Amino acid sequence: MLDRDQVLHVARLARLALDEEEVERMAAELSKVLDHIEKISELDLRDVPPTSHVVDVVNALRADEPVPSFPAEVVLAQAPEPVAGGFGVPSPGAQ
Amino acid sequence: MTSELLELSAAQAAERVRAGEIDAGELFEAYRERAAADELNAFTWVAPEAPGGAPAANASLAGVPLAVKDLFCTEGIPSQAGSRILEGYRPPYTATVVHQLQQAGATLLGKTNQDEFAMGSSNENSAFGPVLNPWDRTRVPGGSSGGSAAAVAAGLAPWAIGTDTGGSIRQPAALCGIVGLKPTYGACSRYGMIAFASSLDQAGPLTRDVTDSALLLRHMIGKDPCDSTSLAFPGEIATPTATDLKGIRLGVPEELTGSDGGVEPGVRASFDRTIALAEQLGAEIETCRLPHAPHALSAYYLIAPAEASANLARFDGVRYGLRVAGDGGLVSMYEATRAAGFGPEVKRRIMLGTYALSSGYYDAYYGTAQRVRTKISEDFRAAFERFDFIVTPTSPWTAFELGAKTDDPLAMYLNDFCTVPMPLAGIPAISIPSGLSDGLPVGFQLAGPAFSESRLLDAAFALEQAIGFDGRSARA
Repeated sequence: MLDRDQVLHVARLARLALDEEEVERMAAELSKVLDHIEKISELDLRDVPPTSHVVDVVNALRADEPVPSFPAEVVLAQAPEPVAGGFGVPSPGAQ
Repeated sequence: MTSELLELSAAQAAERVRAGEIDAGELFEAYRERAAADELNAFTWVAPEAPGGAPAANASLAGVPLAVKDLFCTEGIPSQAGSRILEGYRPPYTATVVHQLQQAGATLLGKTNQDEFAMGSSNENSAFGPVLNPWDRTRVPGGSSGGSAAAVAAGLAPWAIGTDTGGSIRQPAALCGIVGLKPTYGACSRYGMIAFASSLDQAGPLTRDVTDSALLLRHMIGKDPCDSTSLAFPGEIATPTATDLKGIRLGVPEELTGSDGGVEPGVRASFDRTIALAEQLGAEIETCRLPHAPHALSAYYLIAPAEASANLARFDGVRYGLRVAGDGGLVSMYEATRAAGFGPEVKRRIMLGTYALSSGYYDAYYGTAQRVRTKISEDFRAAFERFDFIVTPTSPWTAFELGAKTDDPLAMYLNDFCTVPMPLAGIPAISIPSGLSDGLPVGFQLAGPAFSESRLLDAAFALEQAIGFDGRSARA
């Protein structure tokens, strides 16, 4: 069961602004989904290794050869605020 | 002439173009007109004209038009993954699988609607509106590749590609009465696919028949230096030719075919008829066990959102897409941009994934899910020692009415009950239409071991010929 404070904490971690109504709905909906999901905690999984990736690929390295990258103007063409060859953002300290 | 063109399968059309019997430009225009007049909201972008350049008549795919799910990056063409946060985004490069298909002669007909970031099973989570099912326009086409499935079923495109993370190719293919194949993980490059859950996402074909599926897949596979998880496919994808199933052992898992998964009676009846047909074709059929399969859904709804919460961190209003100012600071800009740009289901999954990965919960949720994933792979491995393929209904039910499940996320997630175990194990699976239930298509799923695609397509082909499904009414 997720409460309001947990929802707000997770939303903060996820950089997601939620309005009041969303906070309430999220707490109820996520709690219901988690109730269902928590059935897996009944399984005996001692000594079972975790799988993060199904294919056994280790150190898949490509040849270390320089290739041209996109020109800066192509990359910046989609940016909301291109500034002097870079991405403009609001000041981290601004209010 | 046009209606004759539209009745050709993509493989037949390619053959006629190569033989000089039909003109690739005329074929493209016939489909382009239909796609442009789309009433199902299947397309988010349609090519304004036939592609220029040299005619591709000698190429394998011979200029046959292709519909591409919105989340594949296509250079200079909107690629929005069904999301407001990427509205109008035109990537500077093309996804590897799309590029390979174009090199083989396919021409880009349009981009297809989808659930936002491939999160959904009904296509109702698209920022660009829901797609309608061509068999009944009051119903969903399934998702997340709902636009691709509806476009092919309705004859607005000869064939399409989509992506499957927990069933997003197979389930909409089932609900729209077409063929959908999810390849072995790593068979197709993920480069240029806007990522949902990187350890599960795979591109695959959505086609009118099994032969088209094989032809399209043949040009999608291959190791890509731009995707270090892609693999060299052992051998080629053969054109399916089997006329029987002699010596083929099919396992029917109790866990995925019974009423526990909510399989509707009409779906079960169609499944049983298909099993009887398989037996007539010479297959040996036995029930089998996949003891952890009922827990696949829980593992999936932890692993996929966890990976999504990390993948979607890139949408922050800095480099591309939407930006909303917030109250002036940087963090506020991130939070406001993501609040305005993401739809409710994407927010829900980001929250679920962030929670599952957060300090104090990581091992209980994400760690446990990864261990369940191991057990699911082991179940399949054991089953494939006795059986060539595992067969199940693709979806527990046929296409449901628009809005029927939107208020209950858990009910929506249960759509994936029969399709999530396979991507968790990385194995290929195909859905073929097995008939109708109350006038709506039912899908039959076959899953095989990693890299068994050619055999899987062969078995699906033999069954397809015996079933004789007629999808013409959806193209009318």
